[in-house]
Amino acid sequence: MMVTRSYMSRREVEQQRFSMPVTVLVPVGAVLLQVLLPRVFAGLAILDLPFVVTLFFAISRRSPIAGTATGAAIGLLQDVLTGQPIGVNGMAKSLIGYAGASLGSRIDVENTTTRALLAFGFSLVQSVLLYLIERRLLGIRAFHMLWLHELLRAVANTALALPMCYLLDRAKHTE
Amino acid sequence: MDFLTQYKNALFLIAILLAQAIALAVQVRRPLDPAQPDGPSVRLIRMWAMTAVTPVERVTHAIGYGAGHAWSDYIDLRHVRQQNKDLQQQLARVRVEEAAIAEDALQGQRLQALLGFRESYVGSTVAAQVIGASGSEQSHILTIDKGSSDGLKPDMAVITQDGVVGKLRDVFANTAQVLEINDQSSGAGVVLASTRIRAILRGTLTGRVQIGNLLADSRIQPGEQVLTSGGDQVYPRGLPVGVVESIAPDPDHQPYTAIRVKPAVNLDRVEEVLVITGTQPDLTPGAQQDLASAAAQHAADLSAERLPGIHDDQTPDTAGASGATAATGAAMPAAASAVPVTPHPLPIVHPDRYSSGSTPPASELTPGGANSAQQPPSSPSQQQPKATK
Repeated sequence: MMVTRSYMSRREVEQQRFSMPVTVLVPVGAVLLQVLLPRVFAGLAILDLPFVVTLFFAISRRSPIAGTATGAAIGLLQDVLTGQPIGVNGMAKSLIGYAGASLGSRIDVENTTTRALLAFGFSLVQSVLLYLIERRLLGIRAFHMLWLHELLRAVANTALALPMCYLLDRAKHTE
Repeated sequence: MDFLTQYKNALFLIAILLAQAIALAVQVRRPLDPAQPDGPSVRLIRMWAMTAVTPVERVTHAIGYGAGHAWSDYIDLRHVRQQNKDLQQQLARVRVEEAAIAEDALQGQRLQALLGFRESYVGSTVAAQVIGASGSEQSHILTIDKGSSDGLKPDMAVITQDGVVGKLRDVFANTAQVLEINDQSSGAGVVLASTRIRAILRGTLTGRVQIGNLLADSRIQPGEQVLTSGGDQVYPRGLPVGVVESIAPDPDHQPYTAIRVKPAVNLDRVEEVLVITGTQPDLTPGAQQDLASAAAQHAADLSAERLPGIHDDQTPDTAGASGATAATGAAMPAAASAVPVTPHPLPIVHPDRYSSGSTPPASELTPGGANSAQQPPSSPSQQQPKATK
């Protein structure tokens, strides 16, 4: 019992808080930018801004419930706007949020190298999750995983995540 | 209680995933209706989201469009005068060329009417601007700034001047979503222009367009034009879709080939589109008049070519109009309005067994029987010109 209380106290001390405008506007802005950026340059569709935001909030808050809820909300909003069945990105990002928050409470996520590895790894995990959902859950036989493309996506998301996390760090309120 | 407390995170995750899995199952199990790809509740959710997002998209589009086109408009204005002159000359050339094919077109129409075909021509369109995209590589969807209040409905074809873009998917009050032809859930009936092979065009996961239901055929070559066949009841026939880019065996579906098609429209750079809101079995009155006047002009040109002396002496007005047309093209409307709308076929110079009137009607023919073709008239004077409808 004592060990549990000690662990919870430490985790609560390390939890990061965000103001309400940041909590709402950043995810919505990320989804909107995701919709608008490919209109400027089609190649930017390889980026996944909502994924980066989901991961950042998850590892910063270090709360699996908050991470799951944030991931679900962002993913569902993305599904609504992409025309895909509602729940595809929602499920994938819920799992990313949960896993990110669980990992964030155990390792140092302030380190740049750690963040890069997390972004790269979770981007690949998300690709696998989307493949499983589309192929197994929805039964879309034509859905194929292009591994090289997914690796490129992971690299692009990592390159995007580092400066974005740096910017979003400034919106944190440490308690 | 301790169990719930201890595993509250995992239980929350499971609950969230379960809820979404059920939602997915409901959407997937719903009977597929092309007119309503989503159920009422899902459609409502999408409508709310689109309503919230559309103002932002409109503003960003307006800013981007205004800034991007301000400079190019200024540059373009400097060349408008010369461009206008070039276009007028081009129009004159096109009118003359059009006259050359008008007779064939009329003959094709007559034959199609004879065979009972009903050709669908683009009757009415609504112009719209693209204000957003899906932002995902898995779905290729555009958002346009026109909706059901402008008469748009699901499954209407969306085109540009270059060719087919896609069809309407979800239509809301003031916006609509366009499913591009390179989306993996998209499909269209097409025909290869020179070989006349019909096929089904589909989008791929990687955003490419390909035909995958054809066996290897040496007649199909890269560069062949792909047109809509009209068989899917969505796209009017004859619209350009693209050109064959490459042909390779399809590893997933042997022995079929994967024929990759380069879209006629740059789907990544679509700014303005036309939504086909109505088709009609006949050409529009304007187009019919153009076609008829072009045919009449062609007939007059042929007459002038074959009987220069008679033509020059007896029909100075027509010849003058023809000359004026060739010179400027601006006089063509006046000339077109002066000639009768319905052209008459020219007298046959060298009649043979293929000439009009020499073949018995189809009802008198028997399969495998001898063709009791009538003897062709011995001279052009015996050929009776017949008015066409």
